[in-house]
Amino acid sequence: MTTDLATPDPAAATRAAAPPLAEPSGWHEIRLTVDGASVTAQVESRLLLSDFLRDRLGLTGTHVGCEHGVCGACTVLLDGEPARSCLTLAVQCEGAELRTVEGLAPGDAPLTPVQRAFHECHGMQCGFCTPGFVMTATALTEQPQRPDAADVADALSGHLCRCTGYRNIRRAVCQALDERFAGGPAGRGE
Amino acid sequence: MSHGPSHAPRQPAPGGGPWTGRPVPRVEDDRLLRGNGRYVDDVALPGAAEAAFLRSPHAHARIRSVDVTAALAAPGVVAVWTGADVAHLPAMLNKEELRTPPGLAELLDPYVAITPMPLLATDRVLYVGQPVAVVLAENRYLAEDALELVDVRYAPLPVLVDPDRALAEDAPLLHDELRDNTAVAVATKVGDPDAAFASAHAVVSEEFQAHRYVASPIETRAVSAQVDPYSGELTVWSNTQTPHRVREATAHTLGLDPERVRVIATDVGGGFGQKGILYVEEMLVPYAARVLGRPVLWREDRNENLTASSHAREQIHRIELAADAQGHLLAVRDRITVNFGAYNMTGLVVPYNSVCHLLGPYRVPHVDIDVVGVLTNTTFATPYRGAGRPETVFAMERAMDRLAAELGIEPAELRARNLVGPDEMPYATGLVDRSGKPQSYDSGDFPELLRRAVAKADLEGVRARQREGARDGRLVGIGFAMYIEATGLGPFETARIDIAPSGRVKLAIGAPSQGQGHRTSMAQIAADAIGVPFDAVDVVGGDTSATPFGVGTIASRALVNAGNATHRAGRLVREKIIEAAARRLGVPADGLDLREGVIRSKAAEGPALTLAELAGRAPLPGTPEPTDGRHGTELSETVHFRPPGFAVSSGAHAAVVEVDEHTGETEILHYVAVHDAGVIVNPMIAEGQVTGGIAQGIGGALYEEMIYGPDGQPRTGTYMDYLVPTSSEIPDLDLDEIHSPSPMNDLGVKGLGEGGAIAPQAVLANAVEDALRPFGVVVRRGPLSPSRVRDLLRAAGRPTAAR
Repeated sequence: MTTDLATPDPAAATRAAAPPLAEPSGWHEIRLTVDGASVTAQVESRLLLSDFLRDRLGLTGTHVGCEHGVCGACTVLLDGEPARSCLTLAVQCEGAELRTVEGLAPGDAPLTPVQRAFHECHGMQCGFCTPGFVMTATALTEQPQRPDAADVADALSGHLCRCTGYRNIRRAVCQALDERFAGGPAGRGE
Repeated sequence: MSHGPSHAPRQPAPGGGPWTGRPVPRVEDDRLLRGNGRYVDDVALPGAAEAAFLRSPHAHARIRSVDVTAALAAPGVVAVWTGADVAHLPAMLNKEELRTPPGLAELLDPYVAITPMPLLATDRVLYVGQPVAVVLAENRYLAEDALELVDVRYAPLPVLVDPDRALAEDAPLLHDELRDNTAVAVATKVGDPDAAFASAHAVVSEEFQAHRYVASPIETRAVSAQVDPYSGELTVWSNTQTPHRVREATAHTLGLDPERVRVIATDVGGGFGQKGILYVEEMLVPYAARVLGRPVLWREDRNENLTASSHAREQIHRIELAADAQGHLLAVRDRITVNFGAYNMTGLVVPYNSVCHLLGPYRVPHVDIDVVGVLTNTTFATPYRGAGRPETVFAMERAMDRLAAELGIEPAELRARNLVGPDEMPYATGLVDRSGKPQSYDSGDFPELLRRAVAKADLEGVRARQREGARDGRLVGIGFAMYIEATGLGPFETARIDIAPSGRVKLAIGAPSQGQGHRTSMAQIAADAIGVPFDAVDVVGGDTSATPFGVGTIASRALVNAGNATHRAGRLVREKIIEAAARRLGVPADGLDLREGVIRSKAAEGPALTLAELAGRAPLPGTPEPTDGRHGTELSETVHFRPPGFAVSSGAHAAVVEVDEHTGETEILHYVAVHDAGVIVNPMIAEGQVTGGIAQGIGGALYEEMIYGPDGQPRTGTYMDYLVPTSSEIPDLDLDEIHSPSPMNDLGVKGLGEGGAIAPQAVLANAVEDALRPFGVVVRRGPLSPSRVRDLLRAAGRPTAAR
């Protein structure tokens, strides 16, 4: 269990379950895990995962930048893999384990090495694309072996940042990988 | 990997304290990294209706009829409004930009056509994406469903996309009240340019086109609004760069007292100028919140942002340079055409920036420039990072390379022969600056910028490589470009400092942040000005309730204006603190010092007093009780800083590229940027700003273009078509800097938010042309995508890989 926020108020869920208006796409009940907390919710067929997280669960750390799967700002970890929450329907997440940026260092917990590296390397400016980059970088650090430079470049090229010019993002990811795989294969992260 | 400038201070310390000049890590980051940012769409407004805009599918059409019956009956729809429903609102957007500064009006008598944009189109639509109706519904899904049920009948009209065509005698008029499609026009002359051209040894005459591209912040625009049922006050959350201007315009449109409107821009996901102007949606959302009596939210989607939020950059320059045999510039003539799009939103800002930045760092005795802004059936164009400078630098620096080729002089050497020297500062160009005063470069060392760029880019090494010939069809080229940028635009910015009873420093500034890290850099300035630890300062920016006046974060002005306002307010508060402490301690004020939040005797003897002890006891002993309605002795100050003139930043960029003759692909091997923004407050943040600006410039130079068909249909309305560069396209940069403090302000600072974005288009075009020099290719426009490079090669008779 992480935060109270991830567990919707049962009364609110019931209210949402009783459609206030004719929703043309139909309603479904889904059960999933979000940042370690069990969630049960009534969702419309067409509800995007990004809107479900932001508007229903109040997890506004996941940002929506393009709504067509290019910018990567909305990236969350879906069963451990980076996924575009703007291209995923909430109903597709039945039984899934989701992780969002809010779940990385809940409350006052120390920042994770990836988060800390973005801070220390100034790998962020406006912060809007940052959660997506951080989630993808987190997945890289959770691989059993250090990903090679090509894999890192490939992963990062799925995200747009308009502020930083990317150099400090590459440095941050490299620093986090260095920390995680200290003494491991010396593949460079950039 | 290349490294940026050393973070060791090599510059005068502003404020003289321990915090400025250091790469202090940002206080913004922790919150943002935990997902606790508060962007407009993150502010929970229970019960909010959501707005969706119906936009014109036609570039130019008469609206024959609008029927909203079916949309109104759709599930969850609360209201549907058309132009007729809101025509009574007196909207007047971007008044400040449309105003011609008196000095400019007097000296140059520019023409500025005012073309107010209706909140929703009434009889005609003038570009694809123009708002025609707004649907308010229980949520965005239902609002967008209902958009499809609004039945609008259009009668298409002839479409103007090309600005030259729009100026033709027989062109249809976009705005019936105007005499033609001219939005603005202004001309300026220095010396006797005609005579200089007549006597010149060499003249180059070229046409260069800066292509249209867009700011594309990753957070699209968003506005929400709520009327507080208790106070009746209207609160507007907008991801604007200019909250006070939004407040004034909203109050005007809605007929409210501005003090009854509070505009909040907390976290903003990038702006780059696109969020620095006012839009019709920004007025309609608060209007809807008042009419409906419930909160209203609008969030733009990416297609709307690309096609209907402001565009930028499209200009044609018909430029001529005259020089003597040694390459000394005698005269510059330029006929500039700016594609304004359908409405004149920001007047002379972009066109006149192009005029008064054309000469850049060069000494030019005779000048003849005119600029015409033209209305077309495309989305309106407004300032975007650089605001007229990247376009004009593209033209000038391309022309310098053509002149160098004409005279057989190394392009870097030609530049060196024409630079204004550091001993000539302040340097008067003979032009008028955009505020209407004689243009003056306050400080700088342009030759040193160029020397460093030439050395770092290894010009000689690249020339040697070129002599060896191409390898595998890969041609090496090197390009240079230089610029100056008048920063710190007025008229003013506000800083208010209060010492809280806890001893913490509360700093409020009028200029919000869109990622520039004001909470960190402004806190550094305040800490040094007052004499408190950096982490004792809390900064609020972007809330109109925190400062009575403000302008905003545009035009590389925040550090110069808000920074100096903060510095002055801090020094005044420091004096008040020391005087109050002197009264408390019963000692003379000039015997006290304030450092790190502690007031103590300079003699290092006697009692010490912390700021918390001083501020926490009210009323202060020895301090008069506040008189009725006056608070002149509190530990607070509000300062409006009005800059006396522009602080002029400058830079020299160089790029070494390799162009693949077969694929047309350009790879950047080495990118050098040497910049001068005076005194640097936070080198880490400054380097980030420069790097980010260059990345946007590289995007524009090589990838990004907002393309219209001849029918006025935008063809690049998604990120699949509009190519924002990713990490793979932006190399590590080789940065260096010099520091010529500005004499125009106490801190000696100059703006640097835009600088990085100004030169890349020119420098990469110069480098690609240099690479293709064996084939006689001339680069006249960007972006230099593989297909455009192959077009250039084919036109030069070179076989390239099949399309």
